[in-house]
Amino acid sequence: MLNPQLNKNGELIHLLTLEGLPKDILLRILDIAAPFTEVAEREVKKLPLLRGKSVFNLFFENSTRTRTTFEIAAKRLSADVINLNVSTSSTAKGETLLDTVDNLVAMQADMFVVRHASSGAPYLIAQHLRNTGREDIHVVNAGDGRHAHPTQGLLDMYTIRHFKKDFTKLRVAVVGDVLHSRVARSEIAALTTLGVPEVRVIAPKTLLPTDVERMGVRVFHDMREGLRDVDVVMMLRLQNERMQGALLPSSQEYFKVWGLTPEKLALAKPDAIVMHPGPMNRGVEIDSAVADGSNAVILPQVTFGIAVRMAVMSMLAGA
Amino acid sequence: MKLHIANGRLVDPAHKVDAQRDVFIEDDKIVALGQTPAGFTADRTIDAAGLVVCPGLVDLSARLREPGFEYRATLESEMQAAMAGGITSLACPPDTDPVLDEPGLVEMLCYRARNLNCAHVYPVGALTFGLKGERITEMAELVEAGCVAFGQANEAVLNTQVLMRAMQYAATFGFRVWMQPMDPYLSRGNAHDGEVAARLGLTGIPVEAETIALHRQLTLARSTGVKLHITRLSSAAGLELIRRARAEGLDVTCDVAAHHLHLCDVDIGFFNPLHHVVPPLRSQRDREALREGLARGDIDAVCSDHTPVDDDEKQAPFAEAAAGATGLELLLPLALKWGGEMKLPLLDTLARVTSDAARIMGITKAGHLGVGARADVCVFDPETYRRVSRDTLKSQGKNTPFLGIELPGVVRHTLVEGRVMYEGR
Amino acid sequence: MQIPDAETLLTELVAQIRPHVSAATAIVGIHTGGVWLAERLHAALGIAPPLGSMDVSFYRDDYGSKGLHPSPRKSDIRFDVDGAHVIVVDDVLYTGRTTRAALNELFDYGRPARVDLAVLVDRGGRELPVAARYCAHTLAAPLSAHDRLQLQKAEDGALSLRLIHA
Repeated sequence: MLNPQLNKNGELIHLLTLEGLPKDILLRILDIAAPFTEVAEREVKKLPLLRGKSVFNLFFENSTRTRTTFEIAAKRLSADVINLNVSTSSTAKGETLLDTVDNLVAMQADMFVVRHASSGAPYLIAQHLRNTGREDIHVVNAGDGRHAHPTQGLLDMYTIRHFKKDFTKLRVAVVGDVLHSRVARSEIAALTTLGVPEVRVIAPKTLLPTDVERMGVRVFHDMREGLRDVDVVMMLRLQNERMQGALLPSSQEYFKVWGLTPEKLALAKPDAIVMHPGPMNRGVEIDSAVADGSNAVILPQVTFGIAVRMAVMSMLAGA
Repeated sequence: MKLHIANGRLVDPAHKVDAQRDVFIEDDKIVALGQTPAGFTADRTIDAAGLVVCPGLVDLSARLREPGFEYRATLESEMQAAMAGGITSLACPPDTDPVLDEPGLVEMLCYRARNLNCAHVYPVGALTFGLKGERITEMAELVEAGCVAFGQANEAVLNTQVLMRAMQYAATFGFRVWMQPMDPYLSRGNAHDGEVAARLGLTGIPVEAETIALHRQLTLARSTGVKLHITRLSSAAGLELIRRARAEGLDVTCDVAAHHLHLCDVDIGFFNPLHHVVPPLRSQRDREALREGLARGDIDAVCSDHTPVDDDEKQAPFAEAAAGATGLELLLPLALKWGGEMKLPLLDTLARVTSDAARIMGITKAGHLGVGARADVCVFDPETYRRVSRDTLKSQGKNTPFLGIELPGVVRHTLVEGRVMYEGR
Repeated sequence: MQIPDAETLLTELVAQIRPHVSAATAIVGIHTGGVWLAERLHAALGIAPPLGSMDVSFYRDDYGSKGLHPSPRKSDIRFDVDGAHVIVVDDVLYTGRTTRAALNELFDYGRPARVDLAVLVDRGGRELPVAARYCAHTLAAPLSAHDRLQLQKAEDGALSLRLIHA
């Protein structure tokens, strides 16, 4: 099966997932993101790379935050950005996903940034673009169902490299609702590709996917055991809906057992970094003292996120 | 009309015949095998040199989409597909719209099918009204209208007492009950709950969805004495439960859908919606168990589980795509491919789509080619491979996961009651 | 063709620039050869503001056809560009497109009072209206498009010019 993200020259034409992405392309994105971080410090925070290009933010799932960072990234590259919040009511009017895409292609879209509640939706779009001969239009997955959130995974790797330098010497723990998390899947894929020797997941059984070990991780249910001597703690958001469906009894109990407090963090290495994709649920998965503490690198993650997205868009548009 | 099928290799599993033997047909019956009967002058001779002559295939499950789902397929189109697939008898599930729970609806369906003069249609009636699992249907009347069994398609009977009573009522008459083992709460996903679904972020359907439902169904079959048939087995664990029940003396049969013999969850690849089927494609180990189970006879028959779906309904993200695969024209090729790979004699392979399937339906007129039998015949070329493509599929549904794959077995002639209804290249 | 000695040219360039250096003069080198040159000039001329460097990859006019440069670097300008007298330094002046990109990038940092271009060698073949105020050597005849003239830096820091025939 051809990797749908690469063209026949092995160049990245879509960013759909970090799983199966060759290591050298992953590293290249991180390398290219570095110079983009400097742009934020200039007076004119703009580069001409995507001038004249139209980037359509196609968000089928609401997310002001992610959409805003993509918008900032695209505008810093001088692209024209069009935001489309395709609410459920318009799909209820009968327009299929691909019909929507065709309409936007007719409006001269150059790039789609897509967020969708169903795993695999960006693949369908990328495949459709190939089938209709429009391989010049690029797709960036901004999160599909539970499957992947590749730009988040990339900015997390960038953050780790910034603070810890060498992936091959690290112990990393991913904590929380791995079962429902596209961020976790992308992080795990990237960490294993980049050669992190030990990737741990810490969660109750109800929040872990079947056969999760096959993703290359060590499973812990005990937070204290799992955090011992780790260099990086990657927290995941716990959504309120998880209390329904009999996955968890309450957020209070969750916080008691799996919430990151200073006392539990003390078991990790003293210079361990704490990461969170945001938005945080203080008092549910993370204690305020940790979120605001010196180990947390949550705000730098946001800054790096813009640079990483600029790097991705530039690489795709230049292919 | 007198028909002579000459020089063919007659393979009739019911009579354990696999030999070069000519077939002589007069009107709608087979009048002789082997030697030309005295005074027989054929109006037409079909040269079946190099071809296999077998009973018209018997398919345990084909959704014809009438009544109610004509935008997906119609009787006309699907009958063409059946003929092209060499299928001369088929059972259709009750999940039409309206549901096949009224004798009048069943009569009308049978009437329409008879008028098309193609495959014989044997409806499976609804076990409960509207398939809602609350009130049992008028089973005696439905059998009189043409039903061969009762089932719930993919709908659950939540109330165990209703299920027990429905089985008791059916057992009163000796009617067959066909059940799909699917726990409704555990089946709310769209892919097999395993490594692949975990990676792809698809909601998984664990094997327990099948085994827990099976325990329930087998236990009730034991206590009610009903003739139970389990449809579309998907797992090794499920098969094991059935084997043990049979070993203890329970009269239960089961079938598997042809695609489950060849595909597993890994084949979903990059979220290919054509692989979204119910029950889901499970792991490689499950697939192996099903392949071997069918070879040993632990699984009695293989069917197409033909479920034609409109193109638009498949062009959606995996979870949202309509489930099901089209398959009338692929039953024979997929069975042959399986049989060849398992190194089975052709007699055994074809038994699973003819005599064994007929036995499950309880019909004696189909699935065999003895003297005096109804002349439903399939003549096919076992050696030629053909690529599955949208253009060659006659069904209105082009939704098969085997698109682009080359499969063996090309049907040359299909006869129903002595009439040649299909001739292929 | 005789390749001139880079160290000799550097001395010549320093001599050209020195009379015009003031407290407001800043130096910005263009990666990679221009930065090596700029380092030497910065030291030799006693420039006050910190040395600046620019990677003009994001401003190149061939992005549409060639895509992103394989390894862009960070630009680093730590002095206030507004009102500064900036000398942009590059090793070889050829079509002038790199200079155009450098100017565009510089102006995204602020509005300089004056910008001058200093190069070691002018190889001819201009495609844009760009000229170097300070230039140590102009080739007698322009090189062909297949030739590349490059500045190289040895381990001990010595600079030299190399001609590569494609």
